[in-house]
Amino acid sequence: MEKTAQAAVKPQKNNKVTAYNKWGYIFLLPFFIIFVIFQLIPLVSTIYNSFFENYRSGLTQIGPNFVGLKNYGALLTGGDFLKYFGNTMIMWILGFVPQIVISLLLAYWFTDPSLRLKGQRFFKTVIYMPNLIMAAAFAMLFFTLFADTGPINSMFMQMGLWSKPYSFMSHVGSVRGMVAFMNCLMWFGNTTILLMAGMMGIDTSLFEAAEVDGATASQIFWKVTLPLLRPILVYVMITSLIGGLQMFDVPQILTNGAGDPMRSSMTLIMWLNKHLYSKNYGMGGALSVILLIVTGVLSFIVFKFSASKEVER
Amino acid sequence: MKRRMKMLTSLALAGAMVVSMAACGGSTSSSSSSKSSSSSAASSSSSAAKPAEDTGKVLNIQVWNEEFKSRIENHYKDYQKVSDTEGKIGDVTVKWTITPSDDNAYQNNLDSLLPENENASADDKVDMFLMEADYALKYVNSDYTMKLSDLGITDDDLADQFQYTKDIVTDKDGNIKGSSWQACSAGMIYNRAAAKDVLGTDDPDKVQDAVSDWDKFNEVAKKAKDKGYKITSTVNDTYRVYSNNVSAPWVTDNKVTVDPNIKNWVDDSKALVDAGETTTNELWSDDWSKGFYPDGKVFAYFGPAWLINFSMAAATDGSIANQGGWGFCVGPQSFYWGGTWIAAATGTDNPNLVAQIIKTMTTDKDVLKAIATDDSDCVNSQSVLADLASSDIEQRKPHTNGKDDGGSITWILGGQNPYQQLADGASKLDMSNISIYDQGCNEEFQKAMKNYFDGNASYDDAIKQFNKAIVEKYPDLTTD
Repeated sequence: MEKTAQAAVKPQKNNKVTAYNKWGYIFLLPFFIIFVIFQLIPLVSTIYNSFFENYRSGLTQIGPNFVGLKNYGALLTGGDFLKYFGNTMIMWILGFVPQIVISLLLAYWFTDPSLRLKGQRFFKTVIYMPNLIMAAAFAMLFFTLFADTGPINSMFMQMGLWSKPYSFMSHVGSVRGMVAFMNCLMWFGNTTILLMAGMMGIDTSLFEAAEVDGATASQIFWKVTLPLLRPILVYVMITSLIGGLQMFDVPQILTNGAGDPMRSSMTLIMWLNKHLYSKNYGMGGALSVILLIVTGVLSFIVFKFSASKEVER
Repeated sequence: MKRRMKMLTSLALAGAMVVSMAACGGSTSSSSSSKSSSSSAASSSSSAAKPAEDTGKVLNIQVWNEEFKSRIENHYKDYQKVSDTEGKIGDVTVKWTITPSDDNAYQNNLDSLLPENENASADDKVDMFLMEADYALKYVNSDYTMKLSDLGITDDDLADQFQYTKDIVTDKDGNIKGSSWQACSAGMIYNRAAAKDVLGTDDPDKVQDAVSDWDKFNEVAKKAKDKGYKITSTVNDTYRVYSNNVSAPWVTDNKVTVDPNIKNWVDDSKALVDAGETTTNELWSDDWSKGFYPDGKVFAYFGPAWLINFSMAAATDGSIANQGGWGFCVGPQSFYWGGTWIAAATGTDNPNLVAQIIKTMTTDKDVLKAIATDDSDCVNSQSVLADLASSDIEQRKPHTNGKDDGGSITWILGGQNPYQQLADGASKLDMSNISIYDQGCNEEFQKAMKNYFDGNASYDDAIKQFNKAIVEKYPDLTTD
């Protein structure tokens, strides 16, 4: 009797589960449709395009002709790829290191209850502000500020520190420095807020316990906060790395697309943009695929490196 | 005068309608309705092919700035402005599409539109577009532009234009496929106060003697530096003067070569930069335009009439132009800069209207004269320029016609009438060495050489970078 009753109930239960599952899939559908149209199809067609010679010269269309790996060969053998990759990484690191230091410090201060900082909301809003300005507008602003006859130069000249204007746009260091500074300024607010979220997620009893044990403030920071913050730090590192590899708008606008002096501030995406000028989908596709691989490998390294202790445990 | 007679006779022969139009008197273009304009096109078709009937309700015009639009607004009588990007001629809506020309964006836009034009829907068809000399050949040698003769515009209609303006839009087979209202011969625009200071005179002829070749010009640069002036605002000011006087085109048989005269520009400019006699700023940057004001301490700019009229801040109080402080002479070599050619796009559904606009704006002498006097454009008509050179042109002060009015060119040039020099320059120009890659080559060459001038690269490295940039822009070209 009991057995039959169970058998009668079981299929009914399954039906209910599948009924709920159906709704789950329906709710997921919008994401998948958008993902397929705007991510997967472009991704696949980029890879497909990278094996073809396919560009415009004025009014004539050349290709598409299948050329195998020729585009990859041309990109990797010229020596330019490494140079622009180097530029990108240098400018990213120059901007990221101060950015993470400032963000950690600010996040620590904002979340430390013993400091009782006043006007937190105000400052949190203010540090996020630079991110609201378009990168292009920001770059234009810097271009004007640091022009030969711009306010920065005239200020220093009126103070008598410089006898003639310093051409910021003609020196490798100053151009890269400006790009790094702008990226740092634009993103430190965002990073601060992420790190704050991470820090506030840490159980306060741990801090209290450390204090009771007599740990100093710096000991608490290095021994308690940082290790527990690792997942968020890894996330910040990887997103910033990907963002850094895709650096484009700031140097593009600042140097008017040239990446001068001598292409020392040309990033990989700016180079990609140069190829797209002649609608060179072959070279552009190949460069994108290489970039995808590089980003993947670097992210994996960062992840492996920073999360290794967690894994061992 | 003789040409005008010839013009009149040819018009008279063309048909009764045209005669009646000419009899209407001075303001030919004001002929009231669309009826007369269509019939005039029909009558001139006796000497050329007859364009198809107009069926389009929308006239799409592709441009890269406001200039032609304001010319139409001010001088094409039937045009009624609706908004900043729209107007009406009769019952046809005129739509303006503005794409800036930087980094070939304007060309790339045309390149994607024109091949599809025949199949585009009626309201989206490009009917008319503008071209610059740097790349006009690309479109002229393609099937996407219409022969003017197919529009009913004859060689006689164009007889008064300067030859160089026709050469630029003549295709391989000798057909003219565009027309311009401007003759953009250019010269050296010098700061009169600086000239007095440096050379002891601001008389155009004497200044011309002092800068009649590049060696003399570079001598003046030294003297100017002693007095605290930069000879030019940037090295790029003189670029076009050199590049217009080359012995071969940028590209022959798909290979890019640097002409000896362009190498001269590099050598002269490097010497000037090293001596602190000019800078490496970009054209149109704020640093470049500082010299429009007395404190900028720039001896001379190089440019055509439109630069004087539009770009030198004449409407701004305190600028040199506002005070009439510039002078004009031919300079070391004659050259031209800019100029806008109107072309009819193949597939247009308003061929008669397009023809009418081209004819009115580029061959009607009354319109051209009005453009010259109202807008200080150097117009593409030998007779109108000769007329202007010998007449007293009113020195209209800035702000006479509102806040943005910069005054007449004669005011800006301190009473000088530049039309004789401009006309002489235009008739001397030789346009046989243009290629379809000129804009890309000129832009990239100047960008690359900036590194050499700034001391960030050797000449050879800068050339390598130029070659690299060219192959990126034009993958089908080869370099050394």
